[in-house]
This record gives sequence, structure tokens and C-alpha cells, in this order.
Amino acid sequence: MTDERPRTISRRALLRGAGAAGAAAAASAVGVSAQPSTTPASTTVPAGAVIQPTETVTTPVVYEQLSADEAELLGAIADHLIPEDEHGPGAVAAGAVVYIDRALGGALSASRDAYRGGLAAFERYCRSSRGAPFRELSQVDQISALIDVETGAATGAGSGFAGSSGAFFGMVRGHVLQGTFGDPYYGGNRNFIGWDLIKYPGVRTAVSPALQTALESGELEPNHRSAYDSDNFEKAIVRSVTREMRHGD
Amino acid sequence: MATRLPGTDVVIVGLGAAGGVAALPLTNAGLDIVGIEAGSRLTKRDFAPDEIRNNVRDWPFSVRKCDSEVPTLRRSRSDDAVQGGNHPMMNGVGGTTLHYWAQSWRLNPWDFKVVSETTRRYGASRIPAGSTVEDWPFGYEELEPFYDRVEHEIGVSGQAGNLQGEKNPNGNPFEGPRQRNYPMPALRWTRFLDRMAESARTLGWQPFPGPAAINSEAYQGRSGCMYHGHCNKGGCHVDAKNSPAVTTIPRAEATGRLKVVTHATVTKIETDAQGKVTGVTYLQDREEFFQPARFVFVASYTYENVRLLLLSKSRAFPIGLSNNHAQVGKHYLSHHQGAGVTALFPYDLHAWYGLPAQGVAVDDFADDNFDHSALDFIGGGNLWVYSDRRPISAASMGTFGRAPTWGSAWKAFVRENADRTNSAYIQKTTLPYAANYLDLDPVVKDPLGFPVIRITAEYKQNELAIADYLQEKMVRWYREAGATDIIRGGLGGQMGVSTHAYGGTRMGDDPETNVVNRYGLSHEVPNLGVLGASVMGTSGARNPTLTAQALAWRTAEHVAEHWQSIVE
Repeated sequence: MTDERPRTISRRALLRGAGAAGAAAAASAVGVSAQPSTTPASTTVPAGAVIQPTETVTTPVVYEQLSADEAELLGAIADHLIPEDEHGPGAVAAGAVVYIDRALGGALSASRDAYRGGLAAFERYCRSSRGAPFRELSQVDQISALIDVETGAATGAGSGFAGSSGAFFGMVRGHVLQGTFGDPYYGGNRNFIGWDLIKYPGVRTAVSPALQTALESGELEPNHRSAYDSDNFEKAIVRSVTREMRHGD
Repeated sequence: MATRLPGTDVVIVGLGAAGGVAALPLTNAGLDIVGIEAGSRLTKRDFAPDEIRNNVRDWPFSVRKCDSEVPTLRRSRSDDAVQGGNHPMMNGVGGTTLHYWAQSWRLNPWDFKVVSETTRRYGASRIPAGSTVEDWPFGYEELEPFYDRVEHEIGVSGQAGNLQGEKNPNGNPFEGPRQRNYPMPALRWTRFLDRMAESARTLGWQPFPGPAAINSEAYQGRSGCMYHGHCNKGGCHVDAKNSPAVTTIPRAEATGRLKVVTHATVTKIETDAQGKVTGVTYLQDREEFFQPARFVFVASYTYENVRLLLLSKSRAFPIGLSNNHAQVGKHYLSHHQGAGVTALFPYDLHAWYGLPAQGVAVDDFADDNFDHSALDFIGGGNLWVYSDRRPISAASMGTFGRAPTWGSAWKAFVRENADRTNSAYIQKTTLPYAANYLDLDPVVKDPLGFPVIRITAEYKQNELAIADYLQEKMVRWYREAGATDIIRGGLGGQMGVSTHAYGGTRMGDDPETNVVNRYGLSHEVPNLGVLGASVMGTSGARNPTLTAQALAWRTAEHVAEHWQSIVE
């Protein structure tokens, strides 16, 4: 029921956007893969070669649940959790913040207040303990502030975390992982950044013995597809419910 | 006032693993059945390989009646009970078999005779203090024909280890004799599973592939398994997982004698002044209906079976249906499945495309397959190493103290190790105890205003001693296969809400200690039967579903054969 969200957003965003450029922006903003669904199952396209990263980065993202400031702060945190480094792009490029934003309007709506309150508490904690908002702190101070939140040391004393700061950190980390490594249908894992990072060879609906052998020999190319690029599956989360039979009549 | 519907021969409450199987022998015998199911029908088109939908968000698209009545938990009588989060089971035509692991074991012969075999071999004093364990009213050989029937009716893949007394070293040498081989060969192994089997043999153990209600090849017109890696909490997109939803239920419906009513919640089993069941009352879209029936089967999950009986009070049964001996909810146990062992290997395991039922089992330390003379426990555990990996859960792996949990060092760690970890599943003999039981929570109610089940239960010394002993064996096995880092989970304590919940309506000859007789019919109500693991008095060291299904078939066949005398 709540999971209708990604598609609803997509449609609304499409309507809001003007013309093809707007549609493309909306599509990438919600992670409805800009990759054509005609990509063959055995695609051999290497990671990152399908969508121009610059295009994704410069596309303005329309946030539905988070304020621009909240989204920026969450992005700064996500960038520490899974940073861009010599091993490739991280959570931000993967669209983890977009994933969280979309989910907060649907499946994760119960966490909306935890984000609003937690992000505000985090900023208060950074100001009171280190004298500046998170994004203005040095790299070293940013990391130590995050460690305080993770370990629960930022709990209480004016920062105002509802419950333990560690619980807030755990929630954010869990959702960043979902947004980086989940199916791109939900707005994250853009360009299959997450799956390529851990060498997940991708969604396949059939894995023959030959494919398993290829995997074991290091010769299986990653399959860059969402589960919903296949026509096999209902995208609707709640099927329109029609009762098969009414009692004995 | 409830709308009274036309009568039927039999009502089955719940069309899951047990009720969905029992429907077939009943309709085959010419009886008219109404199957009442809280959930909806789902098909293979609903079963996308989507980790967020299936595993992270816990099947949000299904009807979740069970989530509105999650049991409360406490370790002992002196503690306050607290309600848990989600219910581990689901509602739907086919029930939890839609997304279960589908491991389909027979119990081993010892599991039917725990008391007499322990007494014979070690002395009666070795039965743990406080345990209410009894021998089953019959032995393995009584259930064997029904195991055989269900294995072939739904389709189970596996490797026989004891075919009519002849041992096969490729199968489980400790299993009871079976009259026929499995209808399909075992699921394939990966290179890692081959290596684990080899390591077990090096240790002198006897590894074998586990049995699964999953097609290893085309069977009955349905596809073989596609090994796509989303079987754990995922429905099958090619109908290769042999849920009653794609096997016995459609066959029963094809007879024209099974009517399936979905989105219906049974609130009470009704009885007359003579103490016979007259039918069930259920809610559908907030409308109340009474479905008259000459016989009623309770066939929901253990918690719901017990709950419905306790809620169905009447003049004849003032503290719950079939509960005049106060045994409903007693002899409860949930399988000790925790206390796992997790290992890190210096090589990729290639586990992305597999399923939890694809694995290597070792039964050398299960049941009474080894000498307990010098040990401080009875029973044992089954060691199970299997394939199961998806990207979010892989990235969420523990770091074995080798890396922090975020940042560049973490990223480098998961990049290298996401496919290098394995967790063993160790199912352990769990006994019933007088102090472990189910009853109605005095405070917490479901949205309809009915109390939920309260679980008062903890693992006792026997279970903890098994966990410790089995973990040591598992550590040896992983080390032999080259693991560099191994972590043992805690030994366990409180029993949580479990997918392997037994007892509460135990089967036995003595009505003073058992709710149903040796055929699964109530000792107190002549036209009431109970299906599911709630009738089982011991757990064994393996998954319960096939045993619950074999018992369901046997009970249904008994009712059909003695129909006139039962409902007269």
C-alpha cells in the first residue's frame, strides 16, 4: 500500500517537469533507471558506462519529504558512511538520499519524525560540542562527531536525540545501505554503483549450471537490471483485491 | 447477527502447510470442504526478486492478519510480557510455505521415542528435570507411509540414505528406512558446498544434501528451480517451490469440492450443548458469518491454533474448546535455531545464486546418533551449511573486528569480503518443560478486542549444552575448510516468536496430558481435529513442515475413512 510511492512520485514529477528534459530529470531523480529496459539479460556493459555520471550529478533532485537542508546534511553523513574513494563512487552518487526521501513518503513514513528530529539534534550536537554545524567542521571533527553519534555518546545533554543517538545512527546507516545496495526501482543504487561495489552479479531470473560455473570462474559479467525491468512481475505492491469466492453462494 | 451460510461437511481454518495438504485427501474421499483463509491469493507474478520488498520490508503486500496478533513474550512467570515486532509467518492461500525455505525433513526414529530410548540407553534420570516430554503415541514406521505420500504428492528433492534398510553413503545414514527414494534428486551444490562436504569427510563425518520441497528438475508440469537467489522469504517465480498453493490446493479445488474463502478471520469455533462443534464464526470485511460444518479442523499456526481454542469458550468448555483438562497451550516449545556460527573465508564462496535449501547437512551429532554416556545432555543438532546471499544483507555483514562499520576502510572490507562469509544453521533438539507454555495475554489485545497469545518460555540447560557442543563441531568444520575468522553466537535464553513453534495441542494417548489423540482428533470434542506442528511433542533437530504435513494427511485420511462414526 505505502509502497506505491515511488511510482506516484515518478508520475507527479513527470507532470511537473517540462518536456523531455524534465522527464529525464524526474526519471533519474527517482532512480527509475534511465537505462533502457531493452538491455539484454546477458549485458556485458561494464559498470558505470551506461549513464553519464555528469548528467546524473547535475540533474537537480526534487526532494519530496526532506527539506533541501536536511537532504544536504543527510548527504554529508551518507558520504562518510560510504564515501567516494579509490574504490569508486559511494552512497551519494548511488542516490541513497533519494531512496530515503522517497521511502519516507511511503514504506518508511513511520521514520519521518525520527529523521527530522535526529538531523536537527545532530546539528545541535555538532554546534554545542565542536562549535559549528556539521558541514562546516573539519574532516577530522566530522568523523569524531559521527563516532559520538554512533556510540551513543551524543545522547542527551541538550542535543535532544529522541532516545539514543546510536539508534539514530543505526537507522540512518541501515537506510543508506538499503539505498545503496537495493533494487534501483526504489530510487537508489543508481548506475548499479552498490552492486558493482560488492561484485553482486545482478538480478537474474534463471541461473543455469553454466552460469554458476562462469561465476565460479570469475567470468560472469554483471547483469545491470532492476527486477522490474522484467515483465514477469507485478509492480503493484497490493494487488487489486477481488475476492475469488463469496461463501457458499 | 452473523449471516448463516449453507452447511458443509468440513471447515478447515487456515490453508497453509497443513490445512492446504489435508484438503486433498478429504476432497478425494468425496467430502465437501470450505477452506477459510485470512490472507489472499498470490501468484508467481507477485514474487519479484526484490530484496527490499521481500526481506527488508517483510512482504508488505500480503495480508498481515498475523501482525495484528503478535504474541507477547516473557522468560518466566515472574516477568512482564512484552509484545514483539513482526510475526514471522504470513497469511495467504498456501500460508508461509509461499516463502519458506522449504527444507522438508522427516524426523529421525529417535525423535518419536525420546523417553523410552533415553531410559533404555542411559537411564531414566537422564530426562532433564522439569521436562514434560513423552514418547509419541506411535513410532516413525507409523508415519513413514504418510511421509512418502506427501513427498511424492507435493514433490521433494533429496538423496535417500536408507532405502528399505539399505544404507547409501551419499544420503543421511541416520534417517529411518524409507520405502521409496525421493521423487527427485537433490538440489545441485556449488563449489563451496563441495568443499564443505569434502572437509566434513576429512573430519570423519558423513555429509549429505538436505531434502527440499523444491523441484530440482521439472515435476508434475512445474519447472525446476532457477537458483535466482531470492528464495529466502521470496515466493517462487516459476512455481518450483512446492507450496500447497501450487500443489494440493489446486488439485483439491479441481474436484469441485473445495471452496476457498479468502480475507476471512475466524473468531470462534461454535459448539452445541452436547459439546460437539457446529461450525465457525468468521469476519470478512467487518461482516460476520456463521459457517455450519459437521467437522472442523483448526489448521492455522501453532500460536493461532492455541489462541482460537482458548477464545472459543462455551458452556461445555468454560476455559476454552477442548480444554477441560487444561492442556491447551501446555508442552509448548520453539526450536532452538539460534546460537549460530559465522565464518570468514579467504576466498569467494559464489553464494549469490542459491537458496537456503541448497546445502550440506551433517547429522552425526543429531538426536541420539552419537554416544551421550559422558555428556551432560540428551539429543543434539543438525549442522547445515547453505547458499543464501543478497546484496543488502551481504553489505550489512559483520566485519569480524577487521574493519570499522563505515567509511573507506569498511568499504574496502565489504568490497573484498561480501561474498566470503557463511553462517551455519544449527537446529537443536528442544524439549517441552512444565514452565514453558502459551496462554492468553491478560492485557494486550488485537484490533478486534481479542487477547493475543502470551509466550512464557526459555531454553533450559539441556538446550544450552547442545548449543555449546554443536558450536564446537561447527567451528572445527569451518576451520577445516579454511576459514580465517569464526564467531560463535550467544547460546540463547528467552524463546522468541518462532517459525518453528510446537506443542500447545499435543498429540498423545493420555487425555490428562494431551489435547488430541493419536489421530489428531480432540480427546474432548468428537468432531474437532487439529493440524500443524502444535500437535508435535518433540522437535527433533530439523524443520517441522514435512512432519506437520505427513500428520495432516494421516489425520485427514483417518477422518475420511471413519466419517460416519465420527460425525454421527
